[in-house]
Amino acid sequence: MNEMNDILLEVKDLAIEYRTRKSLVQAVNGISFQVPRGSTLGLVGETGAGKTTTALGIMGLIPVPPGKVAGGEILFQGEDLLQKSPAEMRAIRGKRISMIFQDPMTALNPILTVGDQICEVIRLHEKLSKHEAVAKAKEMLELVGIPGERYGEFPHQFSGGMKQRVVIAIALACSPMLLIADEPTTALDVTIQAQVLLLMNNLKKELGTSMILITHDLGVVAETCENVAIMYAGEIVEMGTLEDIYEHARHPYTRGLFDSIPDLDVEQDRLKPIAGLMPDPSALPVGCSFAPRCPYRTAACEAAPVGSTQLSPTHCVRCVRAGELAGGKEGGQA
Amino acid sequence: MAKYICKRLLQMIPVLLGVALIVFTLMYITPSNPANMILGDTATPEQVAALEEELGLNDPFLVQFGNYILGIVTRFDFGTSWFTGKPIVGELLLRFPKTALLAALSVVLSAIIGIVCGVVAATKQYSIFDNLATAISLVGVSMPSFWLALMLCLLFAVKLGWLPVSGSYGWEYWVLPVVTLGTSGAANIMRMTRSSMLEVIRMDYIRTARAKGQSERMVITRHALKNALIPVITVIGIQFGNLLGGSVLVESVFAIPGLGKYGVDAIKQRDLPAVLGSVLFLAVTFSFVNLLTDILYSFIDPRIQTSLGPSRRQKRAAAGKAEEGAA
Repeated sequence: MNEMNDILLEVKDLAIEYRTRKSLVQAVNGISFQVPRGSTLGLVGETGAGKTTTALGIMGLIPVPPGKVAGGEILFQGEDLLQKSPAEMRAIRGKRISMIFQDPMTALNPILTVGDQICEVIRLHEKLSKHEAVAKAKEMLELVGIPGERYGEFPHQFSGGMKQRVVIAIALACSPMLLIADEPTTALDVTIQAQVLLLMNNLKKELGTSMILITHDLGVVAETCENVAIMYAGEIVEMGTLEDIYEHARHPYTRGLFDSIPDLDVEQDRLKPIAGLMPDPSALPVGCSFAPRCPYRTAACEAAPVGSTQLSPTHCVRCVRAGELAGGKEGGQA
Repeated sequence: MAKYICKRLLQMIPVLLGVALIVFTLMYITPSNPANMILGDTATPEQVAALEEELGLNDPFLVQFGNYILGIVTRFDFGTSWFTGKPIVGELLLRFPKTALLAALSVVLSAIIGIVCGVVAATKQYSIFDNLATAISLVGVSMPSFWLALMLCLLFAVKLGWLPVSGSYGWEYWVLPVVTLGTSGAANIMRMTRSSMLEVIRMDYIRTARAKGQSERMVITRHALKNALIPVITVIGIQFGNLLGGSVLVESVFAIPGLGKYGVDAIKQRDLPAVLGSVLFLAVTFSFVNLLTDILYSFIDPRIQTSLGPSRRQKRAAAGKAEEGAA
């Protein structure tokens, strides 16, 4: 029972698809993961891997049509979010689960003051008078390092980094239990990235928020996450603790990701990308979706879908040859 | 803001001078002698010559034009009608309210119908309502207003007998003209609202609003509609101009004694000062509506306001900061 309480969010076999007249795009294909209370899960993968779709699925914001949750469960505090009515979801969104969006330049409404936009979420979920809500919104601005007097200014009067702070302030205004951050630093330059990450880490500690951090930046993951899930073509191909993934990566895709980061100690003329492209999500291969690009592929990889192998209580991988490719990163180098 | 309005008002002067010059020239080169027309066939050449001198028709073109403009600027005198002999200003002021009311009612009607239908069509894209509204609006845009006016007359006034055919004595006389004028406007505004809404609904900030847990109705009205209205306001402004022009036709068809009908009658009689006066009046109105549109624009879109200089709110904030600094 105690263990149950420690898991804030559990996603089981979630499948999300987009149906267009011409094709069926399987954006998310039966993924499962857990987010323990107070911890951060890094969701890593390249563009189009289904990271944002997963996040929108949890938020209940998949645009229907063309999108559709095709199956699975999203258990938040033991309750299935997929069974909730729209009104119940509205009460959860912004209050218990909130989301920081990818591009701060477009995430704020250009014709409302930033203060009003923070105030809006507070007044939706908390029984405060207009005056109290404004005071709280100013507090939130101060919390993310923006002077409260700038409450009445419009988004175009802020820089990109400051807009992202405003977006973070909106997301954190009602002290959510779960914060989904969708590439919160991608649109920002590197110095601002560091500031925003530091800010999010501090706030997470202060407020005890759990977090799902979506990114394709392994460096960001190493700094902020306890657990990591690597996504590829709508599936989680490998998941484990930070150590499992960074030190004992088993899946060829995970290794490919690490190998494509240039090593500071070794002189390198060219980067080492993973050859090939991600498969067309409307025509996924029968077997392992990474097989066409995989240097270790066998006939078994392409023949049938590959199940998940539990390597340790925390580490699981979706690869036929996971046992053979043991030894992780060190093994790869040896 | 005040500075901006002053600038815009000054910019209107050359525009209006240009309009006056063009109309004045057109009337000047038409091959007819006003003096002959006023006096009729029985006049002697001496009488005609005397009247020509009196009307200033023997002066060079630029002198005539200059005198005309000078009269307006110094005495607000648009001349006297060559036919009735009455001062034109009085005639125009008498008729202007009818045209303004007609145009205003049509704009309000078409804005309400257009915006409501546009929003519903956009939020329920590809639904039956959307398809129907889009199809009807296409018909509405392409239908010439004089034809629509005649058809409406035929149906509601002649066949059904619900509404009077022409004149202007009570509210029921306004229904058909307003509907005629408003139809193409409503169709235009609906199409613009729909496409603008569809664009805005896909914006990230709409998703942000939903992520806050905001209700769908508030997402549409508070977040989407306000943004989508920015281009729609321009269309409404232009629509108002079209309506002023359209009133010429509609007023003639429905025999409403407005500015449009006055202008048409004046053209038929080659009553130069009356034509000039009514065209200038319409031009001034159009310019003012345009200015009003732009001012309205800046109230909705704060990005424009900043480019016009600090708003009152920002000035107050700056003053507050300065005081804090001093203390």
